[in-house]
Amino acid sequence: MNKQRTNIAIKFAGDSGDGMQLTGSQFTDNTALHGNDFATFPNYPAEIRAPQGTIHGVSGFQIHFGSHEIHTPGDEFDVLVAMNAAALKDSISGLKKNGVLIIDSAGFDKKNLRLAGFNPDEDVLETPLLANYDIIVVEATKLTKEALSDSPLDAKEKDRSKNMFVLGLILWIYNRDIASVKDFLEEKFKNNKALREANIKVVETGFYYGETAELSRYKTEVNAAPLPPGEYRNIMGNQALAFGLMAASASAKLPLFYGSYPITPASDILHELAKHTKNGVQTFQAEDEIAAACSSIGASFGGALGVTGTSGPGLALKSEAINLALILELPLVVVDVQRAGPSTGMPTKTEQSDLLFAMYGRNGESPIPIVASHGPSHCFEAAYWACKLAVEHMTPVILLSDGYIANGSEPWKYPSLEEMPSILAPYLSIEELEQEGFLPYQRDENLVRKWVKPGTPNKQHRIGGLEKELDTGNVSYDPDNHQEMTNIRAEKVALIAKFIPRQEFLVGEQSGDLLLVGWGNTTGVIQSTVKELIKEGKKASQIQIDFIHPFPENLGDMFAAFKQIIVPELNSGQLIQLLKLTYPKNSFVGINKVKGVPFKKQELLEFSQKMLKRRSR
Amino acid sequence: MIDKLKAKDFASDQDLRWCPGCGDFAILKQTQNVLASIDADPANTVFISGIGCSSRFPYYMNTYGMHSIHGRATAIASGLRLSRKDLDIWVVTGDGDSMSIGGNHLIHLLRRDLNLNVLLFNNEIYGLTKGQYSPTSKQNIKTKSSPFGSTETPFNTLSLAFGSGATFIARSIDREAKHLQEMLKRTHGHEGTGLLEIYQNCHIFNDGAFQLYSDRSSQKIETIFMEHGKPLVFGDNQELAMKFDGLKPVIVERKDFSDDELWIHDESDRLKASILCNIVERDVVFPKIFGVVFAQAKLESKVTNETTAVKSSYISTLISGNKTWGV
Repeated sequence: MNKQRTNIAIKFAGDSGDGMQLTGSQFTDNTALHGNDFATFPNYPAEIRAPQGTIHGVSGFQIHFGSHEIHTPGDEFDVLVAMNAAALKDSISGLKKNGVLIIDSAGFDKKNLRLAGFNPDEDVLETPLLANYDIIVVEATKLTKEALSDSPLDAKEKDRSKNMFVLGLILWIYNRDIASVKDFLEEKFKNNKALREANIKVVETGFYYGETAELSRYKTEVNAAPLPPGEYRNIMGNQALAFGLMAASASAKLPLFYGSYPITPASDILHELAKHTKNGVQTFQAEDEIAAACSSIGASFGGALGVTGTSGPGLALKSEAINLALILELPLVVVDVQRAGPSTGMPTKTEQSDLLFAMYGRNGESPIPIVASHGPSHCFEAAYWACKLAVEHMTPVILLSDGYIANGSEPWKYPSLEEMPSILAPYLSIEELEQEGFLPYQRDENLVRKWVKPGTPNKQHRIGGLEKELDTGNVSYDPDNHQEMTNIRAEKVALIAKFIPRQEFLVGEQSGDLLLVGWGNTTGVIQSTVKELIKEGKKASQIQIDFIHPFPENLGDMFAAFKQIIVPELNSGQLIQLLKLTYPKNSFVGINKVKGVPFKKQELLEFSQKMLKRRSR
Repeated sequence: MIDKLKAKDFASDQDLRWCPGCGDFAILKQTQNVLASIDADPANTVFISGIGCSSRFPYYMNTYGMHSIHGRATAIASGLRLSRKDLDIWVVTGDGDSMSIGGNHLIHLLRRDLNLNVLLFNNEIYGLTKGQYSPTSKQNIKTKSSPFGSTETPFNTLSLAFGSGATFIARSIDREAKHLQEMLKRTHGHEGTGLLEIYQNCHIFNDGAFQLYSDRSSQKIETIFMEHGKPLVFGDNQELAMKFDGLKPVIVERKDFSDDELWIHDESDRLKASILCNIVERDVVFPKIFGVVFAQAKLESKVTNETTAVKSSYISTLISGNKTWGV
């Protein structure tokens, strides 16, 4: 009889070469098909192969799945799979008391113990460090080798299959169907029979090992979650973002041009889009970040949907080009998958610290709309909206994602294209095309100019980075003209508030004692926190802001009905500055963290409880 | 086209704002002449520039145009080219714009060989910022930013272009109207990136930088205007010539040799082009070369399909993926 649990968090940890990300993502796919809700958190070093066996080289993949709604990868995990001593040392503090620790004995020899900083002459399993855990020692490496004794693979290749053994075992423990993994391996190694057969053999060996090793008492069932009805798939943030751009291209009937320079953690958007270059997408791996932005501006000038993607350091380099798009008033979507900074910072770690940079990081007065994604699957919608605003309002738009969202995955109740709002580019009408003359900076009632691409007969015009005269766009140094153009550019962006969705509460009532206001990747953890508070009988609610500049028109009215407002951010307080500036009558209190890792529910919960207590005192 | 367009039809209604006497006027005029002569369609022609005196150029053309940011015209034009195969795209840039702040984009454009016409106005000085030495300024030049003389070695444009894998390299000069016209046409005719360096006099900050090559008194001895299939000869009476001594170029008396024995210019000869760019250009013993230095015969077309929007059916299938489940 299997144990029943409502939710389980597992962390797979090993050396960067041990294939933990693949193991994690395959388990995730399987979890999705099993019908659980889930959230994932891949966490890996910037080095591709850091010194083997050391703490620097530990790569981890955490997944939290359940038979109810799951909002975060979990503060702690129930199960830790540690492929070597370094992985154990790195991750053990996150394992719940009495949690299950699964280790591969081969990763705990004297050398591995020494590299991880343990005493190589001591049995680490007998140390007080591990006193409170339920330890399963598996000879994964050895059993893998034995299973592959007939395989033509060399010793190193055989050794590298051990992650499949672990995957097989975990699938067995959670009572899963192994078929999806076999399908994946069939496809991945379709051109390499030896690898294909070996990997399938090893995953099966791991799967049946549980039975033979009498691990049945660990067998656990986590039932499917009652998600809202619909068709689901598993999606990662960067992939959803790429799909959102492509969907916008389809809706707007504009070719998609993506200029980018490789940078962590944004590169996967380029990789995804590059697969579709025969189907309406043009990717351009530019020589640098500047050329990536500029080529996209060139494409937009030519009538394409120009998009450039990067992370913080690249956004810094693109600043001047973004400002060019702003003064030209051409569509440009700038994707910033934020990472921990400043400078090169911590490329693979997450942070929300580019918001004020996106807001203000340009010379002169240069307002730009900002859209933020609040989770892996939401990247689709956020990207779609960023494109819609850029095209319909002839402006650069900055789309903020971050490393945690980009690499995280979750079930996605994917939409059909018909559900998405239309995207209508501001072209000249047929009558206007036939009329004599053309004023490139004449505007409609929303202050949007027309998009006339080269090749249009008799509408030749010049645009440029110099200040332009009202309507004509001719170069102008006239003082009053500059004042007016500055006002227009600000007003044009402010007017966008009329065209974005109204702000809604994500959790809770429209009034209460405590409101948590977040943006970006804090969605899940705030959601869990607020639900917990409500369970405790507190009057708490959550707002997650996706449209940060301009704010939704109704946002300000939502604050008044709450006694206290907390703004959690993975920075030192950036959204809160914008809120204080925009809504000076309300008071906001920040809770902030700049450690390169997401909030834990416990952190937000304790802070919220403290605030509520303070209030009632 | 109803009537054949004239040069003036390619001029915009904007007043020209270059300093009177600037070499840019001549280049503008010849460009307009050439566009008329090749029956260019103004609506299908685009000029993209960066920043600097020369980069004001697009404002004066009755075509589509963009006056962009410093050094980036090549990058912007690359994006436009990749998304629009139908346009005739010209990049106008200067020595500082293309080789200093925009150096990275220039070399990558040349190696990618996108079909663009690059007009590189080289006046060997920063004009718009009022007279600092540029990456092509001669060593020891005294300018506002090098009052004791610049110690830097200048770039040689031709050599830089050749080293970057350019498939078409030519040079002309503002004062030679006919030659300039011819070179503009040749640059335009090249499929791939055509790089035309135009020596352009800045009579405010670097007057006379190219005087040796344009003054009638010195031009004949100081320059060779190369023509494909003809020997490289120069001198007041064309009495001198270039010849190979092994792989080494030497100057000889023309009368001592038959033409066959002299250096016959071959635009498509990579080795000769290399020697022109890397040896002849770098040694003041030799006269200055003008004309088409290198023109690689057309390679297999690298042009991809016409760009279209993503199809709704395609993205819909992609969104649903192949592993879905219903709830």
